[in-house]
Amino acid sequence: MSDAESTDTGDDTRMDPNIRQTPAELATGDRTDTLLQTEDLVKRFGGFTATDSVDFSVDEGELRCLIGPNGAGKSTLLKLITGTHAPSEGSIYYDGTDITDFQPEDRIKRGISMKFQVPSVYGELSVRENVRLPVQRFADGDERRRLVREAIEDAGLAGKEDVPADQLSHGEQQQLEIGMAAALDPDLLLLDEPVAGLSVEERREIADRITRLNEEEGIAFVVIEHDTDFVAEIADEVTVLHQGDVFREAPIEDIESDPEVQRIYLGGE
Amino acid sequence: MAAETAGSGSALPRPVVAVVRAWQRIFHGPNTIGNSWQFWAGFALAVAALFSYPVLAGGYQASRFALFIVYAFLGLSLSVVWGYAGILSFGQVAFFGVSGYTFGVVALNFDTPFGILGAFAGAVVAGAALSFVLGYFMFYGGVRDVYVTIITLVVTLVLETFMSQTAGDEWTIGAAPLGGFNGMPGIPELAVPVPGLLVQLLGPLGVESAPIVLGAGDGTFYRFALALLVLTYLGLRALVNSDYGRVMVAVREDEDRTRMFGYDVERVKLAVFTFGGALAGLAGVLYAAWGNYVSPGVYALTFASLPVIWVSVGGRKSLLGALVGSIALAFASNSLVGEWAFVIIGALLLVVVLFLPRGFVPAVRDMALFAWRTARRYRSGEPEGSVSENPEAAADAEVTD
Repeated sequence: MSDAESTDTGDDTRMDPNIRQTPAELATGDRTDTLLQTEDLVKRFGGFTATDSVDFSVDEGELRCLIGPNGAGKSTLLKLITGTHAPSEGSIYYDGTDITDFQPEDRIKRGISMKFQVPSVYGELSVRENVRLPVQRFADGDERRRLVREAIEDAGLAGKEDVPADQLSHGEQQQLEIGMAAALDPDLLLLDEPVAGLSVEERREIADRITRLNEEEGIAFVVIEHDTDFVAEIADEVTVLHQGDVFREAPIEDIESDPEVQRIYLGGE
Repeated sequence: MAAETAGSGSALPRPVVAVVRAWQRIFHGPNTIGNSWQFWAGFALAVAALFSYPVLAGGYQASRFALFIVYAFLGLSLSVVWGYAGILSFGQVAFFGVSGYTFGVVALNFDTPFGILGAFAGAVVAGAALSFVLGYFMFYGGVRDVYVTIITLVVTLVLETFMSQTAGDEWTIGAAPLGGFNGMPGIPELAVPVPGLLVQLLGPLGVESAPIVLGAGDGTFYRFALALLVLTYLGLRALVNSDYGRVMVAVREDEDRTRMFGYDVERVKLAVFTFGGALAGLAGVLYAAWGNYVSPGVYALTFASLPVIWVSVGGRKSLLGALVGSIALAFASNSLVGEWAFVIIGALLLVVVLFLPRGFVPAVRDMALFAWRTARRYRSGEPEGSVSENPEAAADAEVTD
């Protein structure tokens, strides 16, 4: 512990992704730009271990992609972060606080937001009603009107305010849900396969939007995605999960050329 | 159209515009049918017609019709719980019955105007308390979907079995015998305590004695129940079109998504379920006071399924649908003789489920809107699909956005 503290002297440490802050440092609320950190996070479903002591961290304003073969534990990790699942072991720290035992809604109130794997919009409600729901949590009157209008415009759905969400195309629903998740004004936005099943054009629009939200509003992202072209377009850092644990953490160029990563993706082992 | 008139601000004086706007802000929204002045004109006409019914049809008919008004509270309670928050409950009659029995027991023991007033309040609280306890264990115990339906039905049937064996002196609470299978007779009518001074002041208005007894025979109970129903309907409209109403609908549509917007889904469900229990309890009190009687029949499977049928046929996601469905179907089945009532009501349910899955009232609304739009387009040659053609959508955009 004291070693870790003595080495944690400044920017050098933070720039090195291999050295993380200890839970004690995080818990004491020392100034840090680590937004999210998991420690030895384990989730078992019966005899199956979905995540196996995952140490995973995201810095403020970072855009990190999470890749890995099916069953690697990516979606489980996001659900542990949002509190949908309770971990079997381990801890989760967010913005210096241990949130392991927090209810999902309390995590959301602290600035975490999520887009589900399957587009989850309120099908029977109009686009406007969909967007009002996250916005009404913290805004009223004219400000609410403005935020709702902006979120709808950002999602490219201007003119469709009164259309029920289940009449939108798959791509529009993805855009709408990202808009709803972003409308909470989060510090960390978790996106589970935001471009699955979308056209090249729609993928580019969503990539632009994620990049814009990240750069202009400083929202940190964790994006689960299989499409490496898409990952290469948006991500700074990539974490590869394999069999429930972190397999690699590196810039996308290194990941793409890594023979080990290609092997696990192509189903070796 | 009210929204346009209010928006232009030229045709009406300013205070009127302000009132219209406030009215729209409170009562209009996408979660209710009827967001235009045409609706409110029809509504006012209907209410006026219903209030004059005792004069036109006589006290006996009014007293008979009062039962259907009482049932409308039960239908509305299910609409809020099931139609708006997605909790299909067969237990609304359980809360209805518990409140009815509670009112009977308290009112028989304290048969004074103030005692009856206390019985009224206490009985509604009893229904709410039962729904709170039941809801707490269900929602915080992780019970969802069809299992909620099963548990609420089982609780209702257990109450039927229990209350059916309460014959005998050992089941007498003070002056109130529970009566077992035969039920509890002699429950007092509702009465409003009026201080003597107020009686003198109200003398010119025809109030001659204290207390005012809301008797079934002379139509006073009917008027009281109707006034309460109108107020309840307006209150529920305000609720479902509020921010909280939007959260209720969101919970119905997708619990997980709603939780991920930071809402405490269990608490919302518990609050709505408890409120629905109170509303069903109010119906139970009115029922017991209307017939001076309550029996285990209110917990029977037949009666438990009736609100589900009324609300399904009328349109469960619409307060107006639940209201109209409850009154119309209760009236129809009461007017039909014997077993045919069940056959016809069952057939009607089948037809609605197969051909009008959203219910009768929303279907009528859609047809009326279609006709209105077609006529308007025909007259003015407007392009198709303009949002402003839809008074419902336009009112929503104008007022609540």
